[in-house]
Amino acid sequence: MIKVLYFARLKESLNYSTEEMALPSNIKTILQLKSYLAARGDTWANIFSGKQVVRAAINHALVDDTEIIKAGDEVAFFPPVTGG
Amino acid sequence: MTVRVQESDFDVGIELEFLRGKRSDIGAIASFVGLVRDSSATSNSDNLAVSNMTLEHYPGMTEKVLETIIEKAKARWSVIEALIIHRVGMLQVGEQIVFVAVTSQHRGDAFAACEFMMDYLKTEAPFWKKEQTEQGAHWVEAKATDEKARDRWK
Repeated sequence: MIKVLYFARLKESLNYSTEEMALPSNIKTILQLKSYLAARGDTWANIFSGKQVVRAAINHALVDDTEIIKAGDEVAFFPPVTGG
Repeated sequence: MTVRVQESDFDVGIELEFLRGKRSDIGAIASFVGLVRDSSATSNSDNLAVSNMTLEHYPGMTEKVLETIIEKAKARWSVIEALIIHRVGMLQVGEQIVFVAVTSQHRGDAFAACEFMMDYLKTEAPFWKKEQTEQGAHWVEAKATDEKARDRWK
């Protein structure tokens, strides 16, 4: 299982802030997880099909799309940050 | 180092006093205060006055990223102490939103470390602003100039 969190615009448009997910065995990387989420269609497809910039973090560290996901990880997806 | 994410306001004078403590080796303090700005006059496309904004963040990751930013600054400059305070929740135009302060022996290190920390905070700390105008709310877009500002430290 992994935990997936969504923030800001993503959370709002998906109407989803967190989910627990059994990671399908063919999904190893952030990019593959994004494609998997995009396949849910509609808003998911809009957000995760690559048209929008979606940043990712694993266990609270920013990562690239090539980063490997492991069981037990906390994965987060969010738009580019705008603090300060 | 001190990192705080909070809804409440902060008092710059009290924070600086605390940061100095009783030390006698500090020769310079550089600090930055960011304020909630009405972006309609300069940058938002629809020119609607901003009345307030709401800041969301990623609890847990935010604190970790801010601590890492201070550690990076300390590794690069002669920094005695450093502090980052960032507010979340709903803030009105004109309110303080962020405070970064650095103590050092000399001003060069303090100025550079303070600016470095703000540039990294703007581009790596997981905060998101949503501006409220009379015609509704919208998420603030990230700016490429902020990434450029960070990248000049690389």
